[in-house]
Amino acid sequence: MLKEAVISPTPRHCLTTRLWHWINALCLLVLLMSGLTIFNAHPRLYWGEYGANNDPAWLAVGSSERTGYLRLGEMRIETTGFLGNWKDSEGRTRTWAFPGWATIPSNYSLADGRRWHFFFAWIFALGLTLFMIRSLWNRHIQKDLRMREQEWRPSHIWHSLRDHTRISAIRKSSGEPYNVIQKLTYIGVIFILLPLMIATGLTMSPAMDANWPFLTDLFGGRQSARSVHFLTAFLLVVFFLIHIVMVLLSRPVRQIRAMITGGHARESGQ
Amino acid sequence: MTILTRRKLITSAAIGAGGLLTGCDALNRSPAFQDVLASAETANFTVQRALGDRMELASEYRVADLSPVFRANGTRDPGTPAYAASAAQGFADWRLRLTGLFVRPQIFSLAALQSLPQRTQITRHDCVEGWSAIGQWTGVPLKILLDIAQLQPSARFLVFHCADRLGGRPYYESIDLLEGFHPQTILAHQLNGEPLPVANGAPLRLRVERQLGYKQAKYVTGVQAVASLAGIGEGKGGYWQDVANYEWYAGI
Repeated sequence: MLKEAVISPTPRHCLTTRLWHWINALCLLVLLMSGLTIFNAHPRLYWGEYGANNDPAWLAVGSSERTGYLRLGEMRIETTGFLGNWKDSEGRTRTWAFPGWATIPSNYSLADGRRWHFFFAWIFALGLTLFMIRSLWNRHIQKDLRMREQEWRPSHIWHSLRDHTRISAIRKSSGEPYNVIQKLTYIGVIFILLPLMIATGLTMSPAMDANWPFLTDLFGGRQSARSVHFLTAFLLVVFFLIHIVMVLLSRPVRQIRAMITGGHARESGQ
Repeated sequence: MTILTRRKLITSAAIGAGGLLTGCDALNRSPAFQDVLASAETANFTVQRALGDRMELASEYRVADLSPVFRANGTRDPGTPAYAASAAQGFADWRLRLTGLFVRPQIFSLAALQSLPQRTQITRHDCVEGWSAIGQWTGVPLKILLDIAQLQPSARFLVFHCADRLGGRPYYESIDLLEGFHPQTILAHQLNGEPLPVANGAPLRLRVERQLGYKQAKYVTGVQAVASLAGIGEGKGGYWQDVANYEWYAGI
């Protein structure tokens, strides 16, 4: 006990961060997959307050004959096998937008998808709130995420961005203290994208429209909020994929172990 | 070491993803887990009711905001001989019956309902599927009917009985008294200034503007005041609640 305390006075990730990281990862995965079930109920997105089958959709997933397609504005992309027309695990052709392997539950059930979504939405929202409060309190945000003045220099940002495209540079990086790209990414995810998911989700609720009509005004209508909800979820998927790639390229065992056990702060030269 | 572990990590991630799906489906089939998931309904209901003044109005819009086409969903025509006969004579024989825990149960004809004070509102209809349509509804506020028929003290819910059947079962829905007395809760007989089309629930449909589309019962023939939803249908308070896992509270 004493020995460990001497070797590792501060863990690399504190308990709150580790707990929240994994709870949040689970929540986001379930929210994404149950969200795709909900999207399958009406795979069309609109801008403005209203939008239904007779109104122009800026994004639509559909099926015609034996092909599935994604329509983005005027552009039509064949997506047979992946979107709109695909085979389930028993080889039957299905015409729901997102395939069963991407949804919870894997069959189409809007009612069940909603149950999963709202249950995990509560855990996600409460978890995010507690994490934010705790991370202000223990100064994780001020210490680790605050941008230093020199980090705002475009040349500095550009160099850091370029380092993220070089495997050798990623391998060398210990991942801490956070570099400018990490800081901007984590700030963007924690303080912009995740709260945006909650706000746009609430905007779609008719009861919240009565309680907090400013939400609908903020996003320019319920269907706009639904579109932003979907686009923000897409950005979170992009973040998730890059995050995983970065971890896998930069000593994954050490990284993942640190996010589980806490690891050692300022560990280097292994 | 690192490379081997990396490969192992990727493999276990793939197995994990497959296992997660199977696991989720197994959990989805478990009644105990479904109960856990459904607890979010209580949280949604309690928090959404607590956040506003309880009689807060849903947004109302201008004529310019109307959807060009108001989409119809669910039953588009009850299709029974009795309904067709009633429609043929302009629903002159349609009756709305207020039954159950009322001090003075009532029977209203359409003409009688139309002679009462009316409310016109342009509101947004939000389907549980995700789409929205804006329409102008005219009808009699439910509060006026409740004031005429007088609820007995034990009444807690209002059940709306409908003339249409889905999958062989009669459609019905229910709301609590707070929604029942809400100023925007009306029994509408007009959509966009015209008599309600058959596809949208002619001659009478419920509008509960702070909840989703499946609450907006169409082809309404009766309002039953009850102390509990247990004796109605399968006891979950509505058609969709009985046949699938839709929540009784449809505020989100």
